[in-house]
Amino acid sequence: MEREVLIRTMRSILGPEGVISEREQLRSYECDGLMNYRVIPELVVLPETAEQVQAIVRVCYDEGIPFVARGSGTGLSGGALPVESGILIVLSRMRKILEVDIPNQRVVVEPGVINMWVSNEVADAGYYYAPDPASQIVSSIGGNLAENSGGVHCLKYGFTTNHVMGAEIVLPDGSMVNIGGGKAPDAPGYELLGAFVGSEGTLGIATKITLRIVRKPESVRTLLAAFKDTEEAGGAVSGIIGAGIVPAAIEMMDALCIEAVETAVHPGFPQAGAILIVELDGPEAEVEHQFEQTLKICEENDASEIRVAEDDAERALFWKGRKAAFAAMGRIANDYYVQDSVVPRTELGKVLKKISELGEEYGMRVANVFHAGDGNLHPLVLYDNNVPGEAEKAEKLAGDIVFTCLEHGGSLTGEHGIGEDKKKYMPKMFTTDDLNVMQLLRCAFDPHQICNPGKIFPTPRLCGERPGPFRMHPVQKAGLAENF
Amino acid sequence: MDTRTKNVSLGDLQEIVGEEHAREATPDDAVDGVGPSFVAEPGSIEETSELLRFAAEEGLAVAPRGGGTTLSLGNPPREVDLVLSTARMDEVIEHVPGDQVVRVQAGMRLRDLQERLAGSDQMLGIDPPETDAGATVGGVVATNSSGPRRHRYGTVRDLIIGITVVLSDGTVAKAGGKVVKNVAGYDLSKLFTGSLGTLGVIAGCNFRLHPRPEAARAVAVELASTQAAGEAAQAVLHAQLVPSAVELRWGEEERHLSVLIEGIPPGVEAQSDTASYLLRGFGEVRTLTDEEAGAPGPLAVPGSPAGDEVSLKISAPPAELTGVLDSTLGACSRRGVAPRITGHAGIGVTYVALPGGDEDAHVQIVEELREIWTRRGGSVVVRSAPRSFKERVEAWGPLGSRLELTRRVKEKFDPRGIMNPGRFAGGV
Repeated sequence: MEREVLIRTMRSILGPEGVISEREQLRSYECDGLMNYRVIPELVVLPETAEQVQAIVRVCYDEGIPFVARGSGTGLSGGALPVESGILIVLSRMRKILEVDIPNQRVVVEPGVINMWVSNEVADAGYYYAPDPASQIVSSIGGNLAENSGGVHCLKYGFTTNHVMGAEIVLPDGSMVNIGGGKAPDAPGYELLGAFVGSEGTLGIATKITLRIVRKPESVRTLLAAFKDTEEAGGAVSGIIGAGIVPAAIEMMDALCIEAVETAVHPGFPQAGAILIVELDGPEAEVEHQFEQTLKICEENDASEIRVAEDDAERALFWKGRKAAFAAMGRIANDYYVQDSVVPRTELGKVLKKISELGEEYGMRVANVFHAGDGNLHPLVLYDNNVPGEAEKAEKLAGDIVFTCLEHGGSLTGEHGIGEDKKKYMPKMFTTDDLNVMQLLRCAFDPHQICNPGKIFPTPRLCGERPGPFRMHPVQKAGLAENF
Repeated sequence: MDTRTKNVSLGDLQEIVGEEHAREATPDDAVDGVGPSFVAEPGSIEETSELLRFAAEEGLAVAPRGGGTTLSLGNPPREVDLVLSTARMDEVIEHVPGDQVVRVQAGMRLRDLQERLAGSDQMLGIDPPETDAGATVGGVVATNSSGPRRHRYGTVRDLIIGITVVLSDGTVAKAGGKVVKNVAGYDLSKLFTGSLGTLGVIAGCNFRLHPRPEAARAVAVELASTQAAGEAAQAVLHAQLVPSAVELRWGEEERHLSVLIEGIPPGVEAQSDTASYLLRGFGEVRTLTDEEAGAPGPLAVPGSPAGDEVSLKISAPPAELTGVLDSTLGACSRRGVAPRITGHAGIGVTYVALPGGDEDAHVQIVEELREIWTRRGGSVVVRSAPRSFKERVEAWGPLGSRLELTRRVKEKFDPRGIMNPGRFAGGV
C-alpha cells in the first residue's frame, strides 16, 4: 500500500488527530525506555477504542504491514521498538477505568491506564493493585501485561501474570477474542491468558484487561539494616527465608548504589557496604512476631545499624531511596547499562563475588541493586559514552554477567523482558528445540508474523502458512527470518 | 498371539521401553470407557520421545496417564491405542530448600513429593482432592487440579515456574526455569497447565514452594440460608484476614462455611478469633475438628474413576455465591434431585454432585445451569459422569470467541492429532 493511501486509510479510521506521519513527530517514538536502539516507524496511530485497534490491525493484516503496540514506552528491553516500514500503535489514549467491582475484587481497565491509577481508584475501599514496577507512576497496564512486570513486592504477591484475570485481545488477523475467566475463575480450555501475559506484544494487543485487586494488609512493618558487605547482608536474607518468613519485599543495595542514591535523593541511608530493606505485611499478630524474628536475624548477621520505619513517611523515604536507584546512577556516572538477570537465591553470594571480579577485570564500576528475595539482580554497569569503546565494553561486561547468572542456574531476565535487547542471548538459555516449540505458539496466534516481529527470538521461525494475502513475507523481506 | 493395532505390535513398543515396561492393555486401562491396545511406561525423557515419535509415525492415538485418578475428566476420547504412563519417571530432580524451588519428574506422586518437602518444612501449595488417591505431579498439572488452599496460594498456573514437555513428533522442549522470577521466552508452563495431555506429554515440572505452616485452625459458621452463605463469604473476603481456604459445604446434613487459618501459632490464634467474630453475625460459630476440616468433598471419591455419579464444577464470580446456590438448588429440587455441594467460596468455584439415577433430570439440570452461568460470564464443566450421560452432554461447555484460537494451538502442537483426541474443550 502506498504511504499516502495508508495515511488516508488510517485517518478514515481514527480521524486526523489519531495519525502521526510527520518525520519530526515520529522521531519521538523511535525508542522506548531502552535508548540503545532506535527505529523511526512509518506511521504512529493513536486509537481510542478497541474497535479502532481492530480496524487498524485488519488493515495491517490485509496489507502485510508489521505493527508494534506501545503503552507508555517505559520498557527496558526494546520491546516497543518500532519496526521499519511498520506501524506503531500507541495505546495511551485508551485510558479509561471501565469498571470497579469491589465485591468480586476486580477492576476492568483499558490498556493505557497507568498502573498507579488502579491502586488510587480502589484505595478508599481498602484495596490496591499489587504488582508495583518501579515505573508504576508512568507505565501502563497494557505494557505491564505485555512484559509480565514485576516489582519489589512480587516476592510475596506474585507478578502481573498472577493478577491479570482476563483480557479482550485483538489477534494479528484482526479478530477479537476473550481469554481468561475475567470475574469467574478457571475458564475451560487452554490457559491462553497465561501464555499471552508476558509475550512482549508478539501475540496480539490487549484492549480490555480485568485485574485482581488485593485487600490492604492490616499491618506493614519495614526495616532498613546496614551490613559490612553484600555477603553479610546475603546471610541475613538466607536467615529470614530459612525461618519460613515470606516478606512482602527484601531489597539489597551495595555501597556504590547507596552512594549514588544518597547523592541524588538524600534518603539519609547509613554508610555501609550493603543495606537491606525488608518489609513484612499481613495480619498484625503474625507480622509483629515475624518482624521481631527478622530484627534478631539481622543482628545475628552483624548488622551495623538497623532502622525501623516508625510511620508511613519514614517507610516512604526508605522506598524512595530504593526506587530512585536507577535514575540516581546519573549522579556518579555519565551512562549506565542495566541488567536484569536472575539467579537461584542460594547462588547470590557466589554470583555477586564473580560480578565484582568481572568489574575489576574490565576496569569498570558495577553498582548492584536487587530483589534479594527472588534472586533478581540489577547490576548497573557504569561507563562514559564520550570515551570511545566504553559503551561496547560495558555491553560486553553486562553480557558476561548474564552468562555468569545462566551458569548458576538462572535466567536472562526477571522482569524487563527479552525484547530487542537480549534476544541474541536466548540460545544460551534455551535449545533450538525449546525456541522452536515456543514459536509454535507464535504461529498459532500470528501465522504471518506481523505482530511485533523480530523480538524475543533470535531466529524467527516461519509458520508454514500459505502466503495468503501477501505478496511476500514482510519478516523475510526485512531479512529478519530464514525459512525452515 | 501377537496383537497388532494399526500395524503395531507389542514387540515394537517393547523395543523402545524394554520388555517389562510395555504390555497389552486390560479393561482397567480404559480411558473413560475407551479401551487402548497397549500400555507403555517409558523410563526417561528419551524413551518418551522415541515412543511418541513412533506413535506419530504409526498413527497411534496416545493417552498420557499419571496416577489415573482423573481419567473420567472431559469427553471420552475419540480413540486410544496407547496409554503412555509416566509412572516410572517419579523422582525429585533437584530440591534446594534455600531456593524454595523443586524440580520434579512428572510421574512422581504429589503425596510423595509433599512428604519429601515436609522434611524441609516446605510444601507445594497445591492440595487437590486426588492427592491421597495417588495423583501424580504431571497429572495434577495436566488437569489443572486444585483444592481448598488455592484461596491463598493460587492454582498450578501460579506456582509452576518451568516445564519439560515432549511433543507428539518426539521433540523435547523446556520453558521457564528454576528461578521464581523469570520472563525469558513464552510461558509454556502455563499453556500446558490444564491442557489434559492434548498438546504433548508433560515430562517434568518446576515449582515454587512455600513454608509449611506450623499451626492451623478452622472455624465454621452454620448457615440457615443461601443468602447467609453469600454474605458470610463476602464478609471474610473483604476483611484483612489471610485465610488458607474458605470452604462451603451444603448438603442434607451439614450446611456451613468454614475458614481455615494457617501460619505461626500467635497469628493463627489472633486470626481465628477475628474470623469467629466476623462469622458470628451469620449463624452459630464453632471450631472444626481436624477430621471435619480435612473431610473430602463430593469430588474426592477415590476409587471411582469411572465416574458413576454426575459431578459438576460451576465457576462464577465469587460475589454470586448465593445465586449459584439458589440456581443449583432450584434446578435440582424441581426435578427431585438432592445435590451435595461443596465449594471454594472465596474464589467462585462450586462443586455439585448429583446422586441418583434419573439421567434425564441430570441432563436438564446441567443444561439449565450451563445456560445461566455461561451467560453470566462463568462456566459449568462436567467433572465426571457415566458414559451414557456424556453422550448427551458435552463436558466443557462453549468456548465462545476462543474456539478458533484453541484449535489453532492444538493444530500447531499436535498436527497429527494423536494426543488424547477429542477429550478436551473445543473438541481438541
